Amino acid sequence: MASIEISNAVKSYGAVDVLHGIDLDIQDGEFIVLVGPSGCGKSTLLRMIAGLEDITSGAISIGGTVVNELQPKDRDIAMVFQSYALYPHMSVAENMSYALTLRKTAKEKIADAITNVAEILGLTALLERRPKALSGGQRQRVAMGRAIVRKPQAFLFDEPLSNLDARLREQMRTEIRKLHRRLGATSVYVTHDQIEAMTMADRIVAMHDGIIQQVGSPVEIYDRPANIFVASFIGSPAMNFLKGAYEIAQNDTTGIRLTDGSFVPVLPARGATANQTVTLGARPEHIALVPDGNGGIPARVELIEPMGLSTLVHVSLAGNPVKIFTLDRPDFAVDSFIHIAFDMEKVHVFDTQTELRLPPESEPHMARTA
Amino acid sequence: MNVSGNSPARKLVYWGSHYLMIGAFVVFALFPLYWLLKVSVTPNDILYTEGVRMWPSRTTWENYFFVLTQSNFPHYFLNSVIVAGTTAIVTTMVAAVTGYSFSRFAFRGKMIIVALMLITQMFPLVMLIAPIFKILAPLGLTDSLTGLIIVYTAFNVPFATFLMQSFFDGIPKDLEEAAMIDGNTRFQAFRRIILPLTLPGVAATLGFVFTAAWSELLFALMLVSSESASTFPVGLLSFVSKFSVDFGQMMAAGVLALIPACAFFLLIQRYLVQGLTAGAVKG
Amino acid sequence: MDGGKSVTTAMQAGKLPVERRGVISRRLSGILEPYLYVSPALILIIAVMLMPLVLGLSYAFRDIRILNPFSGGFVGTAHFQTLITDDAFLGALVNTAWWTFGSLLFQFTLGLILALLLNRDFLGRRLVQALVFLPWAVPTFLSGLNWAWMFNPVVGPLPHWFTALGLMETPFNILSDPDLAMWGPIVANIWFGIPFFAITLLAALQSIPKELYEAAAIDGATTRQQFISITLPFLAPTIAITLMLRTIWIANFADLIVVMTNGGPADSTQIVASYIFTQAFRRLDFGYASAIAAVLLVLLLAYALGVIALRRAMTHADS
Ligand SMILES: Nc1ncnc2c1ncn2[C@@H]1O[C@H](COP(=O)(O)OP(=O)(O)O)[C@@H](O)[C@H]1O
Ligand SMILES: [Mg+2]
Repeated sequence: MASIEISNAVKSYGAVDVLHGIDLDIQDGEFIVLVGPSGCGKSTLLRMIAGLEDITSGAISIGGTVVNELQPKDRDIAMVFQSYALYPHMSVAENMSYALTLRKTAKEKIADAITNVAEILGLTALLERRPKALSGGQRQRVAMGRAIVRKPQAFLFDEPLSNLDARLREQMRTEIRKLHRRLGATSVYVTHDQIEAMTMADRIVAMHDGIIQQVGSPVEIYDRPANIFVASFIGSPAMNFLKGAYEIAQNDTTGIRLTDGSFVPVLPARGATANQTVTLGARPEHIALVPDGNGGIPARVELIEPMGLSTLVHVSLAGNPVKIFTLDRPDFAVDSFIHIAFDMEKVHVFDTQTELRLPPESEPHMARTA
Repeated sequence: MNVSGNSPARKLVYWGSHYLMIGAFVVFALFPLYWLLKVSVTPNDILYTEGVRMWPSRTTWENYFFVLTQSNFPHYFLNSVIVAGTTAIVTTMVAAVTGYSFSRFAFRGKMIIVALMLITQMFPLVMLIAPIFKILAPLGLTDSLTGLIIVYTAFNVPFATFLMQSFFDGIPKDLEEAAMIDGNTRFQAFRRIILPLTLPGVAATLGFVFTAAWSELLFALMLVSSESASTFPVGLLSFVSKFSVDFGQMMAAGVLALIPACAFFLLIQRYLVQGLTAGAVKG
Repeated sequence: MDGGKSVTTAMQAGKLPVERRGVISRRLSGILEPYLYVSPALILIIAVMLMPLVLGLSYAFRDIRILNPFSGGFVGTAHFQTLITDDAFLGALVNTAWWTFGSLLFQFTLGLILALLLNRDFLGRRLVQALVFLPWAVPTFLSGLNWAWMFNPVVGPLPHWFTALGLMETPFNILSDPDLAMWGPIVANIWFGIPFFAITLLAALQSIPKELYEAAAIDGATTRQQFISITLPFLAPTIAITLMLRTIWIANFADLIVVMTNGGPADSTQIVASYIFTQAFRRLDFGYASAIAAVLLVLLLAYALGVIALRRAMTHADS
């Protein structure tokens, strides 16, 4: 096992910069998830760690050794591909033992390792099969097994679950987490699925346009997103955003005046000045329905979306669509007006210009990104 | 897919005409070969009197016997096997690495090299005979099988490269990346993982080049002057002059010479169809 | 983003100096690798095709006759001046067009039909495919000899069949009739060339997704409409490029003519490629032969560039 340090890593294809100075320290044994929309450079970063892409500038070290100039085979890492990349002409056992054979590991040792890993992954009955004769889920397991038998310094995963159906994906998510707890191996996991990121990561690295937006634990990222991008990307249903002006009223109450004139009280935001253009960010579960209308802001109902456990109420407020999460079963008529209230302690204020979050003055200072 | 409509009558008409046309193509393809065979087993004395009969009244293996025991033909045959076999193997190896690099790397000058290879396909090859002779003579490579092999290899590399490339294009890049992470250099990954997966492509290329080299006449005729280095097409021509055009024997030799090329081709034609996807047609 | 952390990682990286020699060798070998792979092919092509081509082009400006010990001198454009008044050459140009497009039209049409027939599943398809592709494996001069034999009324069946069909009054050899002789090599060439088109077009046909036909059938397209709206557009790129390459290849292809008619009778089957062969290896005038070959090469290049430009213009017009 080893730590991975990435410092000021840049990747360009010709004149196009795909990654702009990535800095990231991954602790020994940590499970890191790189998350971001498709095309943001996650795979490129992962492949640079693997040695499959050259590093344009900067340095990557694994276990304290700079690996910039090492070939993939000399980096002692294992990788699970989205397509699984199983060797079609080899049996499951051969696929899993191939790397060990190349390293001239003793035959008995290989056999032991294979038996052991096959047992962990439930592949024992399939060892003599060719990949063609396996289901998608089984192939995925073989790809995992191929990585595990090697006992590498680090595991790299590139969207390994995206070819599975929803139920299998959920199951594998848990299994990979359990495996990680058991093996304790440093892992870098790439996904565009924020639910995978939230459920699996020790720390999430949120990326956008080749730049790291925020690094933090899932709860940190969810509760204290660094900027509008992270706030909107993480969480489903997504956060609501409303533009307005920051106001400091008499008796020092602070709030945001929305474009329709309604006033949403918020905690005093650090660095916000009176009349500054800001964006109010509120997760659907932080907006309450006010049945008697007392003190609430009026909003027009557009759609009621039952989700089983909960219900999502779509309303229009100051011309913006707003989603509200509730455990009740409201039966509002479409186009009727209801009253809603924002949870003052939980909503966020973002600087509209820089898109950065302006944290409440009461929140302790802390390093938020890597 | 239902192409023939649903009524049994239409189906019958459809498949009837289908088999009829297929039959016509098969007859057109095979009849000349049949005629070759017929002439080769016709005794000399009735070759002309029964020239247009579909099958002679008597047949003989004499022509074959003569060709195999009394002529230089076995020697020509051996030369041809050496030349065509070596050419096929060397060309396929060269084409495999070149096709692989076309399929996997983006590098400066790639388009120029591809264009160059395409342009070579337009050369009137007769024009190259004299210059090639001039270049090979001081190297002692005229009148030698090695010289022929070098020339044939160069001529066949462009098409073979495009053919191999189309096979590599069909294999996901992930596979050699996985192999590199498992502990191979890129070249080892190519040799141990990718190449075994393109065996049909290798077979198709081998067969294609073998057939081409096996049949080549012009350069074999012009670059080689001695009996000992003659290939069978040249030897076959020598039947015309030496034995006062003994057609029966010549046809027998021709039938014998057809056997390896046809056998090879029958085996690989299926893979050729697989490989000649849009990419390979560029060649 | 936070600047503070990157300083520490930069310092850590600084503590681990990279070995200089490794840097250079990996970068360099990374850049050189593709060239290493293509170098054998490139060396062969340059040495055996490109250098001889340049040398051959230089012959076009020299007097090179093998039997004349005083030849070898520089003659400027004299060969080319002879060429424009050489009736045999001009006749050969016309014959080349005949030979090329006559062969191509039938090879392509029949090859396409064969590919469509083979693209259906039917009993014995594998065997039929192997058999109909066989002519491609037959050495060209052998097939030339064999076809010449078959056109001969004494030993071949074809003239008798033509007579029976009413195409001829009495059996005769079309290869010795100046008006018809060209059809001999063309038929042999069609026989030899159908498999090439059938194989390439069959490969292209098999790469068309089956779902497209199913979707079209559900949309109510007839078989013929499916052919026009799906099959042809999918085949178009393959057709365009194979037709172009084959045109060039056939124009250069002299073997069948040399074996079957040797250009005769009365030069009626002489094409440019066989004329070059005659000049070079029967009259041993390599200078003149090279000049003709140079002209042929230029014509073929112009043709190829013209076709490519036309295609580009057409695809631009489409979009
Ligand atoms: N070989 C390449 N040449 C040019 N651009 C590339 C290449 N590979 C990837 N890119 C670009 O780099 C960006 C990041 O790609 P990638 O890392 O695959 O994104 P992700 O995995 O986050 O979806 C994309 O915009 C992509 O277009
Ligand atoms: Mg990706």
